[in-house]
Amino acid sequence: MKTFLWLVKREFWEHRGGFLWAPVITGGVFLLLNLMGIITAEVIGARHGISFGASGELRNVMSQMDAGDMSKVGMALDVAMYSSMAIITVVLGFVVFFYCLGALYDDRRDRSILFWKSLPISDTSTVLSKVVSATVLAPTIAVAVGILAGMAQLVMVAITLSFHGINVWQLLTLAHPFRVMGNLLGYIPVYVLWALPSAGWLLLCSAWARTKPFLWAVVLPVASGLLISWFGIMGLFNLPTSWFWREVVVRGLFSVFPGGSFTATNGTAHTLTINGESGLDVLNLGHSWAAIGTLNLWIGVAVGAALIAGAIWFRRWSDDS
Amino acid sequence: MNAVITARGLRKHYKNTIALDDVDFTIPSGRIVGLIGPNGAGKTTALKAILGLTPFEGELHVLGLDPRTQRNKLMEQVCFIADVAVLPRWMKVHDAIDFVEAVHPRFDRAKCEALLKRTKLTSNQRVKQMSKGMIVQLHLALVMAIDARLLVLDEPTLGLDILYRKEFYQRLLEDYFDDDKTIIVTTHQVEEIEHILTDLMFIRDGKIVLDTDMEAMGDRFVEVMVSVDRADAARALRPIDERQVFGKSIFLFDGADKTVLEGLGETRRPSVSDLFVATMKGTYK
Repeated sequence: MKTFLWLVKREFWEHRGGFLWAPVITGGVFLLLNLMGIITAEVIGARHGISFGASGELRNVMSQMDAGDMSKVGMALDVAMYSSMAIITVVLGFVVFFYCLGALYDDRRDRSILFWKSLPISDTSTVLSKVVSATVLAPTIAVAVGILAGMAQLVMVAITLSFHGINVWQLLTLAHPFRVMGNLLGYIPVYVLWALPSAGWLLLCSAWARTKPFLWAVVLPVASGLLISWFGIMGLFNLPTSWFWREVVVRGLFSVFPGGSFTATNGTAHTLTINGESGLDVLNLGHSWAAIGTLNLWIGVAVGAALIAGAIWFRRWSDDS
Repeated sequence: MNAVITARGLRKHYKNTIALDDVDFTIPSGRIVGLIGPNGAGKTTALKAILGLTPFEGELHVLGLDPRTQRNKLMEQVCFIADVAVLPRWMKVHDAIDFVEAVHPRFDRAKCEALLKRTKLTSNQRVKQMSKGMIVQLHLALVMAIDARLLVLDEPTLGLDILYRKEFYQRLLEDYFDDDKTIIVTTHQVEEIEHILTDLMFIRDGKIVLDTDMEAMGDRFVEVMVSVDRADAARALRPIDERQVFGKSIFLFDGADKTVLEGLGETRRPSVSDLFVATMKGTYK
């Protein structure tokens, strides 16, 4: 166990740039752009004499709101909090994708695998430490950064509005920062399970390819998709060709991008629909965890486990360094 | 005799070449074995088999363990330096020490730090900022701080200048090697390790063509410097090699009668490199 934690730590040392600095910089840039946007808006507003705040109109608007409207304000603030996370999420997807592709390939290319293999560490631990780094460590750091950026964003919006006569604390009590945090953290286990087939496939290519793992990882599924489309093979199973593209190519390659699991419960992600009580709790756990009940997710887990086992086998026996 | 490695019928072939062809050998404890052979003779394959890095056929026991199935346990007792520059480039000196300390049960941090004090390396230095020689110093310090029973060195000094090369072997001998440890080393710079070897193994085309300890080698192989007039007499004794130096002929004999040879001229023990060249004649033809 101690060894395993150090293996994960080692991954963090090596990939600090992707795991930590990429989300931090993304969050920072996002906040900066927002701040600049707000300042620009304020300046333009002041120059044109649009100062609804001073006349107290906005305050009046607030005071005239009923409970339902207030909760919508709260939700809007929550969405402001999520917005920074959304950008970080996209970055996280790329980081995890390329991390997995390189994880078992880069050290073979520079031959430092011979150093790692000279230590009493099993190949199973090595590969699993990379799975954990990709699917648990990276998203956890991203969520932590996302939460901090979200809080900063929330405070920024609240302070701006307070210049226009609205009470900061009143606004902050309308938002649900802890619920947002819980939702984001609570989504990580779903992400781990959902990302497994992708992580497994990318790691397998990473462990197996002699050169250019990216090409293999992408070309193999895409080429088979094209073949299947041309020859209409899916017809034999009474499935449309689009099934293969969606469930094998896209699922296999892009499940490391967070949020994909929402497609398991409905055709498209509809995380921002505002209907009924739970609709106001954006990304609530009941919604995001619904994927756990789908066969799609568990088949993915099984396939992912098999692919990871394959990656371990190649890591143990591939002999090209 | 406590055998560290025993190999029986060791075979390994790649697609269309045979890397190891039914090899048998035994390496006892407390030896420094030079595994010498031309490029592509199967040295590295043999070492990889010993380290469990490659599948093979036949029987091989390293410290009583099968490298194929008990690799993790084996690597607690075996250290390995491939050629230079296999330390990960992003790593800092203190990262490397922390990591090895955490995962290796037989690592002695104090010893490693003491060894590094003698070098110019600083704890915050990254491998990518180091010269080849410095990387080897770090690697050697890490490895020497591990109380292992078998150390495998595959061209450890490749690309190093002579100062680093000398220091490398001197450190190994002075601060590391003892009766409980065994070192296997492959290198092309035979002259530099000749004086530290206790045993010699020549490998050619996947076969062990010579397996001897240095003492026995001196008994078996004799070099004689013969003047021109007696050269034909020397040739009649079927030398395995002949070369000319300053108008005299130097003959290399395998298992010839020493007293007869002494009658022909000045005798001496051949150098490993001369013996190697004589044994490997025609390898690349």
